[in-house]
Amino acid sequence: MAISTDTTDCRIKLENITKQYPGCLANDNISLSLLPGEIHALLGENGAGKSTLVKTIYGVVSPDQGKIIWDGEQVHVKSPSDARDLGIGMVFQHFSLFETLTVSENIELCLSKKQLIAIENLPEKIRNLSKAYGLDVDPDRYIHSLSIGERQRVEILRCLVQSVKLLILDEPTSVLTPQEVANLFVVLNKLSAEGCSILFISHKLHEVTEICQKATILRGGKVISTCSPREESPSSIAKMMVGDLAEQDAGYSKKEGSKVIFQAKELNLPTKQPFGTELKKINFDLKAGEILGIAGVAGNGQDELMAAISGEDGRLVNNMLFLNQQDIGKLDAGERRQLGMANVPEERLGRGAVPEMSLTENTLLTQSKGFISNGLVNWKKVQQHAQKIIDQYKVKCHGEFSDAKSLSGGNLQKFIMGREIGQNPIVLICAHPTWGVDVGAALSIHQSLLKLRDEGAAILLVSEDIDELFLLADRIGAVCDGHLSPLIKTDETDIEQIGLWMAGSFIPESLEATQ
Amino acid sequence: MIRIQARVEQSTLMKIASPILAIILTLIFSSVLFSTLGKDPIQAMHVLLIAPLSDLYNIGEMFVKMGPLLLCAVGLSLCYRANLWNIGAEGQLLMGALGGGAAALALIDSTSIFALPIAILCGVVSGMVWAAFPTYLKLKFNSNLILTTIMFNYIALYLLLWAVHGPLRDPDGYGFPESALFSDAVTLPVLFEDGRIHLGIVLAIISAFAAWILLNKSHIGFQIRVFGEDEPAARYAGFNGKKLSWTVMLIAGGLAGLAGVAEVTGPIGQLIPSISPGYGYSAIIVAYLGRLHPLGALLSATFMAVLYMGGDLAQIEIGVPTAVVGMFQGVLLFFLLACDFFIRYRLTFISNQPIQE
Amino acid sequence: MDAELLSQILFSAIKTGTPLLLIALGEVICEKSGVLNLGQEGMMLMGAVVGFLAAYSSGSVGLGVLGAIIIGMFMSLIFAFLVLHLGANQVATGLALTIFGTGLSAFVGSDVVGQTIQGFQPIIIPVLSDIPFIGRILFTHDLLVYVSFALAALVSYVATKTRIGLIIKAVGENPHAANAIGIKVLKVRYLAIMFGGGMAGLSGAYMSLVYTPMWIENMTSGRGWIALALVVFASWRVGRIMLGAYLFGLASIMHLVLQGMGWSISPNLLAMLPYVATVVVMVIISADHFKEKLLAPRSLGKPFDPRQMA
Repeated sequence: MAISTDTTDCRIKLENITKQYPGCLANDNISLSLLPGEIHALLGENGAGKSTLVKTIYGVVSPDQGKIIWDGEQVHVKSPSDARDLGIGMVFQHFSLFETLTVSENIELCLSKKQLIAIENLPEKIRNLSKAYGLDVDPDRYIHSLSIGERQRVEILRCLVQSVKLLILDEPTSVLTPQEVANLFVVLNKLSAEGCSILFISHKLHEVTEICQKATILRGGKVISTCSPREESPSSIAKMMVGDLAEQDAGYSKKEGSKVIFQAKELNLPTKQPFGTELKKINFDLKAGEILGIAGVAGNGQDELMAAISGEDGRLVNNMLFLNQQDIGKLDAGERRQLGMANVPEERLGRGAVPEMSLTENTLLTQSKGFISNGLVNWKKVQQHAQKIIDQYKVKCHGEFSDAKSLSGGNLQKFIMGREIGQNPIVLICAHPTWGVDVGAALSIHQSLLKLRDEGAAILLVSEDIDELFLLADRIGAVCDGHLSPLIKTDETDIEQIGLWMAGSFIPESLEATQ
Repeated sequence: MIRIQARVEQSTLMKIASPILAIILTLIFSSVLFSTLGKDPIQAMHVLLIAPLSDLYNIGEMFVKMGPLLLCAVGLSLCYRANLWNIGAEGQLLMGALGGGAAALALIDSTSIFALPIAILCGVVSGMVWAAFPTYLKLKFNSNLILTTIMFNYIALYLLLWAVHGPLRDPDGYGFPESALFSDAVTLPVLFEDGRIHLGIVLAIISAFAAWILLNKSHIGFQIRVFGEDEPAARYAGFNGKKLSWTVMLIAGGLAGLAGVAEVTGPIGQLIPSISPGYGYSAIIVAYLGRLHPLGALLSATFMAVLYMGGDLAQIEIGVPTAVVGMFQGVLLFFLLACDFFIRYRLTFISNQPIQE
Repeated sequence: MDAELLSQILFSAIKTGTPLLLIALGEVICEKSGVLNLGQEGMMLMGAVVGFLAAYSSGSVGLGVLGAIIIGMFMSLIFAFLVLHLGANQVATGLALTIFGTGLSAFVGSDVVGQTIQGFQPIIIPVLSDIPFIGRILFTHDLLVYVSFALAALVSYVATKTRIGLIIKAVGENPHAANAIGIKVLKVRYLAIMFGGGMAGLSGAYMSLVYTPMWIENMTSGRGWIALALVVFASWRVGRIMLGAYLFGLASIMHLVLQGMGWSISPNLLAMLPYVATVVVMVIISADHFKEKLLAPRSLGKPFDPRQMA
């Protein structure tokens, strides 16, 4: 086979990588290359094959076909340790950190015995590197005491300790505040200047144009184009990502709610889980006919807040939560549902739906009105209702008998939205509604939410995606470390402001001192 | 090239085929074992599986063994469906026997038609109480149900031993650790003239059908299944986990207690130290083999009862210790767990060309 | 109570607690790697019967111990294969292992029930055993008790001070992350399970070669289960496992103590004591749910299937 001339200059070159999963061709003949010091974006929608491709490079996934050429030589990366021996480092979207171990121990686990002997004093080396790159990481701290941004820096340090030549980052910015993103880019530019190549997965176009020299766009497992992002317009890249046919979310009109339906007053709740977040004096009003958006970096109390509101938490919270002036603090989740509250949880599979049960059975999960007589279930009626949800919300599946886990994320989310909205809730709480969902499904989910709002329901929307919140929410606020910021009309604020709130700028210093 | 592939949906066929396959593999395994022990495997299989069904008396005895196995297994199926690992059927059975037996002894001079129902009720309640302790400890203090139920099995056993050596020993029994024989008024009626098939077996079969209706047709049964399969979803839906736990645990305790009291007021007729040859433990395998389905338990309890009979016959006819039954039960469960792999995965034979779909 | 009786009681508590210590040391490593093996009782019984058979037929207790360790490991391999490779439920597979071991041990041991052998003899350590009071309690035991001291120290050292311990802890906390950084999760778990099996076998051998020394069906009478509770009681820490094992040893010989003090209580009621104590201890320990969650290996009992990565 002829070897192309520039192979020797490339840090890494992928040729015709193909990976087949049952029912899905994840990578179809993908080729791409990176020069030393190049920052290269890998763009694509959910399910485009980005993760599979980088996992192939890192040795987590073995390709069915194709080859990897590293510094001019063909290599077989059979495991992450092979990859690390070559000088490839990767920061996964879900960090591979151990919460009960220290930073230093976490980094040690990644090193081979040989590397470990070569480094005489690991904590010292971590301190030095941390200083050199402005990462500010203390090797003796336990991971569970670190924020998400700090954890990401530990992951990057892990790679730096091994002096990487190629650093792969899977959606690194989706978990950061806008200010943290800026800091990350400083580090990446410094690495790039030192000759380290960076493969950067993202779907946020403005970031890509900001720091990447080149971009490869994937769609449906294929390379659609390789381009210089600075020479393209965001809309032309977006078109390449989603195809011409997909509709785009337009700007939506904002509304002002009418009367207050739901209130949280001085909601305090200690944490139940180790490493959880305590809720501290949360106050807010939720009005009929509005969407209230709550921004925040994961792990700042969103899950705890949702569980407290829905009643899943299970503890008594007297005189803190009110639905139409009624204290609902002592009601369980089922009783709150009876009063007209509905809930779309973050985890679709395993919480919003039982994976190994059919869509019919999953319909009965939250809706029993009219289906039960004398304690027995009228399965025929449930089945008809499930069919109705599937038709109305265009859920792609084999039928109402399909197991929930056989549906794609987007279709399952449409089903759950349909099921919850079908109960005509007066309050809907909804977490990360479009996380991991393709553009088409996201659009239809957005429209369902807006329709529900326009019909007069109050919607509490929690999301880590600021862009989505700005698109949908009528009022917005942020959580940080269990505190809720003031709420403000979305029209009257900007991403910068919310970003500062996500970092906790609204918390009075007297409170911070008590932590 | 053979490759293991995850199935998109679980295979319904394999769910049913897996126990059958496991039984066949166990039989193959035991044939090999008997051969290496120098026994004729065909004769051994005959003694183990065919002989127990060869005449009416043996069939009757088989039903006598099936009764307690089925009662315990139906209760355990409900518990396991709710993801509650109750290993305590043995202890609940023994306490049912002890509680019911004590009542029977108290009523030994009674001729009332209520004497028997009272004794049975006492047995059922005793079983429920014995299940209630670990349930309470789990729900209140979050203690591990597996370990507490096991511990309560041992405690129940020693309570029974203490009772038959002490307060409930027959004063006219020449010091043997046994109670007096129960009177006719507190003895379960026998269904057929000869043989020992008693009313308890009918109750066992009814309980299997009742549990099936509960689990598959009722709303509470649906809640039990959701709770067991996916607890976060049950919490999300607002199902009351404590109530569901109490429900299944008390049903299981009551059924195991019924099994115990039916043994002592039925075929045994008095309290003795060895009431159960491990029915409560075997019932775990019966429940699993029956796919945690009450009607499946009906079939698997029958199979297990045949195996128990076969074990007794094997000792007499070919000189193999009865302990062989216990070993087969373990092997059977191993094979079953292994075959269940194919519910979620399949083997595909593929060429090295990538598949195009 | 005079010092002579007290030292006799403490000596017996250590002797009685030793099988619990041995098996719990194995199980704690297994659990630290994230695997809950409920087959302890079955592996222990197999260790007891095979150890006895090997010693009985060869005349060497050393061979007996070796045989017991090997059969324990072999039993645990069945469990490991089902759980790690076929993704079988850990609870159900552990139960199957116990049922299988109980049946199989009764089956293979049926010919030697009640036979006796010459078990391990006490080794009285010179000088140390002369220390007043403590010398008698700690240094007049048989070889396996001293081995159990050494093993406890070794397990504690490996678990807290070495890279191997760090890897086991990482796998038990988050197997997905461990896999992602290139630790061979299944291999670590295989080895941890086999260590647990070997220790369970050794513990069984202690029962049939030292403690009784003979083979009786079901002679472990729930010690495998008590050991599981012991690991929880000790919050997965070796020092506390040792303490707990000897406390349970004490509970098991309470009837001797009380008889010695002239009380007469039915032996059947006193025999309940270790089991009642186990329940009580578990209630006290797990009542602090938060703490238990904090200390328990995070992935304990949860399956990990590398096929579903990607």
